[in-house]
Amino acid sequence: MLLISALITGLGLGSMYGLLALGFYVTYAVSNTVNFAQGSTMMLGAVIAFTFGVTLGWPMWIAIALALVLCAVWGVIVERVAVHPFVVRGSNSWLMATVALGIILENVVLFTFGKDPRGMPPSVLTTDAFYLADIKIQPLQIVIPATGLAIAICLQYVSTRTKYGKALLAVVQNADAARLMGINVTVAILAAFALSGLFAGVAGVLIAPLFTISASMGTLFGIKAFAVAILGGITNPWGVVVAGLIYGLAEASITALLGSTYTQIVTFSLVILALAIRPHGLFGQAAVKKV
Amino acid sequence: MKLVLSISIGRRTAATFVAGLALLLPAVHGSAWAADPIKIGQVAALSGPSAQSGEAITRGLQVAIDEINAKGGLLGGRKIELVQRDDESNPPRGLTAARELIFKEKVAALFGGLDSPVSLAIVPLANKEKVPFIGVWAAATPITRNGANPNFVFRVSAVDEFVDTRLLKHASEKLGAKKAGLILINNPWGESNEKGLKAADAKNPNIEIVGVEKFENNDVDLVPQLTRLKQAGADVLILVGNAAPGAQVMKSRERMGWNVPVVSHWGISGGRFPELAGPTAGDAHFVQTYSFFGDLNPVGQRLMAALKNKYPDIKGPEDIFSPVGTANAYDAMHLLAKAIEKAGSTDGDAIRRSLENLGTHEGLIKTYNNPFSKDEHDALGPDDYVMVRYEGERIVPVK
Repeated sequence: MLLISALITGLGLGSMYGLLALGFYVTYAVSNTVNFAQGSTMMLGAVIAFTFGVTLGWPMWIAIALALVLCAVWGVIVERVAVHPFVVRGSNSWLMATVALGIILENVVLFTFGKDPRGMPPSVLTTDAFYLADIKIQPLQIVIPATGLAIAICLQYVSTRTKYGKALLAVVQNADAARLMGINVTVAILAAFALSGLFAGVAGVLIAPLFTISASMGTLFGIKAFAVAILGGITNPWGVVVAGLIYGLAEASITALLGSTYTQIVTFSLVILALAIRPHGLFGQAAVKKV
Repeated sequence: MKLVLSISIGRRTAATFVAGLALLLPAVHGSAWAADPIKIGQVAALSGPSAQSGEAITRGLQVAIDEINAKGGLLGGRKIELVQRDDESNPPRGLTAARELIFKEKVAALFGGLDSPVSLAIVPLANKEKVPFIGVWAAATPITRNGANPNFVFRVSAVDEFVDTRLLKHASEKLGAKKAGLILINNPWGESNEKGLKAADAKNPNIEIVGVEKFENNDVDLVPQLTRLKQAGADVLILVGNAAPGAQVMKSRERMGWNVPVVSHWGISGGRFPELAGPTAGDAHFVQTYSFFGDLNPVGQRLMAALKNKYPDIKGPEDIFSPVGTANAYDAMHLLAKAIEKAGSTDGDAIRRSLENLGTHEGLIKTYNNPFSKDEHDALGPDDYVMVRYEGERIVPVK
């Protein structure tokens, strides 16, 4: 029983890490850059959904749709403000700039949303439950991993089977060649950042009923998700999602078996160990630069 | 235009003006000296997850200060002025804020906030600089029992050691529990309670601790920790943590479908616990030093009226969020005022000595009879606590 409940917890948290980490993957795959403050984008999703759905009392589905759209827009803003200006000058300062933009966002939320953590009102997703061999399971605990996997499947399909997906991936291999082939590189990169924001928004909306909503709710998640992205080998969407699940499961089962004192020490040690053995991540391949 | 005009006034007028000013100066300075306010510092969480607690403390202090100032202030007409600093629940920030209040603002005494780690960081500074530091919320035992002699740290609040005794007693006597599972926040406050609960357990033959689990402020899902306690056979959970992480404990417990009773320290009352924890918030019984519900003593009626008057959002006892912060701070401010008046100065050591020998004070929580002595710097004991629970947004006594 100990392990089964840890399994359910781990799958839920793991899909969250996976979703956020997919946000790292999708921009990295297209532009070799990421928004390091993915965690704050996730927070933005939860905060917007709460503000419109609860504080202003709009129908929840509109609030959620709005949250997702605005997170995608935020992704585009991040690219324009904190990534693009540095990349065109050949600088790596976008690293710092995205972190800074995330901190600014957190502080703006602190002033506008308030300093008090808030909680989503109970809904069917958490009040309803069914039992699987004596283990209580809430619908939300199924919805979260299902959404995570569905997004990963879509992403895989779109990027390998469709024209648009292939165009996105072509950009990173050789931007100039892609441009000559009629691909709009700027739009491709912006689309990737919008997608990345969207994934973070989905994670934020999904985690809101489980967690307390506050300006700092995404920080630790963002860090763990980045560890997951690296662990999965940032170039492979499946690897990233599976790494998220492995990370979540490891975290939950270490807590269940050894006690919570050891959770962070052991999980992060395992990440380092895994990367020492497989430097390109569990499922990644060394990038080969063709000259 | 103006410039031309002022030059044209001429040299003699200017000289007269300066002379007049010089004559006026000592008078202004002298009168300002007599009415110089007595600055009292407050270092508490005014932002972040525990911001409500800071606001509750502020309200208690401010109402008491208004009452004192309305009666003409202290030491022959000096008004009290509250100088606030935000510690953001962060010990280094709290320490910096306390330093600034002591060295720059020259406060006569300091009040603390909800976070024990912050208060523990300020204790050595207060003792070194001989500035009375009065805790009104943070309950860690070593805050007042810090080994300093003389000790400048006082408290009008619960003390972990006593609370822990009370929590186990409530679990065994009221709820009939025999096996306690501890679920504690992973910080110095949690540690202080782990020690306290183990000591209380050793003295209480009716209940034993079967497991100890820790959680972090940012933990989302505590099912693994709770499952361990369930497997260890716990028939009651003893919870130590603030509102937001405490709510995660309650939500995880609900998710597991585990109907175990929860007995909690009061950290959960420092925020929007009912909203954060959801439908099972009322399952947690927790400790308070005061409840604004029921028949109030004359001081309680007076404070209630003053709060309603000063803060329009307060219409009744259910609107007083974090009531212990307000109640403790209110009594503590009056006790401090009494001590300053008795000391006849704002000298830290003189205030400390008169706090240790204060006589009787009719307060809100109780009538204090020599609340502090040289060896006892805690004004409240286990008999002053009440056990309560949330009923909707209201905090009501457990029957």
